[in-house]
Amino acid sequence: MKLIFEKHKEGRRGFSYGDCDVGKAKPLAEKYCRKRQAHLACLSELDVIRHYTNLSRLNYSVDTNFYPLGSCTMKYNPKFCEQIASLDGFSQLHPLLPQLSGGGMLAQGSLEVLYESEKLLCEITGMSAFTMQPLAGAHGELTGVMLIAAYHKNKGSRRKYVIVPDSSHGTNPSSAAIAGYEVVVIPTGSDGYMDLVEYKKHLTEELAAVMLTCPDTLGIFNPRIKEIADLAHACGALMYYDGANLNAMLGKCRPGDIGFDVMHINLHKTFATPHGGGGPGAGPVGVNEKLIEFLPISRVIRRADGTFALDYHQPKSIGYIAPFYGNFGVILKAYAYILHLGREGLIKAAEIAVLNANYCQAKLKKYYDLPFNKTCMHECVFSASRQAKNGVHALDIAKYLIDRGFHPPTIYFPLIVKEALMIEPTETESKETIDAFIEAMIEIARLAEENPSAVTAAPLRMPIKRLDEVRAARQPDLNWKPLALFPD
Amino acid sequence: MDIPKNIFYTKDHEWARIDGKTAYIGITDYAQSSLGDITFVELPKIGEELKQSKYCATVESVKAASEVYAPLSGKVTSINTQLAAHPELINQSAYEKGYFFSLQISNEAEKANLMDASAYQRYVEGLAK
Repeated sequence: MKLIFEKHKEGRRGFSYGDCDVGKAKPLAEKYCRKRQAHLACLSELDVIRHYTNLSRLNYSVDTNFYPLGSCTMKYNPKFCEQIASLDGFSQLHPLLPQLSGGGMLAQGSLEVLYESEKLLCEITGMSAFTMQPLAGAHGELTGVMLIAAYHKNKGSRRKYVIVPDSSHGTNPSSAAIAGYEVVVIPTGSDGYMDLVEYKKHLTEELAAVMLTCPDTLGIFNPRIKEIADLAHACGALMYYDGANLNAMLGKCRPGDIGFDVMHINLHKTFATPHGGGGPGAGPVGVNEKLIEFLPISRVIRRADGTFALDYHQPKSIGYIAPFYGNFGVILKAYAYILHLGREGLIKAAEIAVLNANYCQAKLKKYYDLPFNKTCMHECVFSASRQAKNGVHALDIAKYLIDRGFHPPTIYFPLIVKEALMIEPTETESKETIDAFIEAMIEIARLAEENPSAVTAAPLRMPIKRLDEVRAARQPDLNWKPLALFPD
Repeated sequence: MDIPKNIFYTKDHEWARIDGKTAYIGITDYAQSSLGDITFVELPKIGEELKQSKYCATVESVKAASEVYAPLSGKVTSINTQLAAHPELINQSAYEKGYFFSLQISNEAEKANLMDASAYQRYVEGLAK
């Protein structure tokens, strides 16, 4: 497909203006004028419409097909949430309004959404308070680790280390490191759980926190969390819960009840607000009583008369972490989603998410190696080691699935599984869709035995064939040079 | 799997070739084949003091970015400048042209924490199970 600049035709226009009835303006001083013509493509309206419509048809999205990308929880986002977020009363509100004198009274609805969202998340997670401000999951993690640092500093305690198991999300160690901690990685034992013997060796006065992704990236729920938390607390450390996989736990188990002190939630995963492609996310951070006073400003409060206001008077707060109040539109969609599903709906969502993942696992374990063979939670992790012996690697399986109309699962992650294929169907998919995916996976397993080159040649049906990923990484060609088309 | 004799190995798949007071450091054939095509390497700076089993370099492949840990403590004396333009040397020649850097060993006793070729061979075979 041609770039829009390559469709340029000198003199072609997309709009015709009427005669100008205003006198000619004085020309700009020369020093403000460009030396050569701007490189803008000249096209008709129809050229532009066709170009972008055709481009959009090449898009893959959860609105078009199945997206079993493990640990990302790419579920379908109900359209009523979009409708609510686009209501004028919300979308036309200026974010500075609540900070102007008297402006807060004109933004009561939005402040109430923030306030009530906090309360709902507290109920769902067992935490005491939330800040809705972090703009994404990793931002939430960083905020959470900063809260932990503020807590220890306030106690006059100097702590250096943060423990992270090797089955956690990669953002956990990086958040801890960016906040200034040294990361201690604990390996996973052969049973799929964090190695407790190794863990106990690092429980010292210098330990600031233990960060757990739960369920972890193997899709496994660690039944010894209480013990891990008690041991951490005994040496004065705090427990951090990475809520990226909260989808599996809704209404079943609350992080606040099993010993976690601070956590983040990816609203854009668990509470069905669109994500992917770097779009806006939201990573609210919840804390228990120990950490409330350190939460970022501003905090939304409810006055005695029932009205809502922003409170900036938090002397021990870690300060500002984001402009305004977070990605408000995303929070609003999550709020609408939670109210719409209600308690029973959320529990059912978690149950079906787990059921779907276990269905995939049960149907495929005959064909693919399952390194940790136990009931999984929201996602299951296979290894393509058996197929790799015939030259069909996880990457080839991913490419073949694209030809079959499916977004590939997460591959080569978690790092502790060789040739990992991490499948998360989510609760929004029907049995028919999941069956079609399973059928494609079984076909690949068969081809890996009988005709490996059919898999390794994929994709063949896509607008772009197999990319040379090594060359793309080693010799990236990031500049498009328009000069030939637009001579000066 | 290529596991040369006379050099030392770590559990994290780094190797060290010891030549008097100097050690040459790299990642093993097993490491490069697990990583796949390597696209980028971040090396320590000359003069940097490294500590055994602590972070010393980063290696990125089409699959993942991984940390490399120093097999021995010491001061970095030279780095393999070829790797910046040709990270594929690690895939092609993990023990020779694809070495990462050399260091001046500061504590010879640390050698006891490393594996020899036969111990590493057994370790890698254990991982395959």
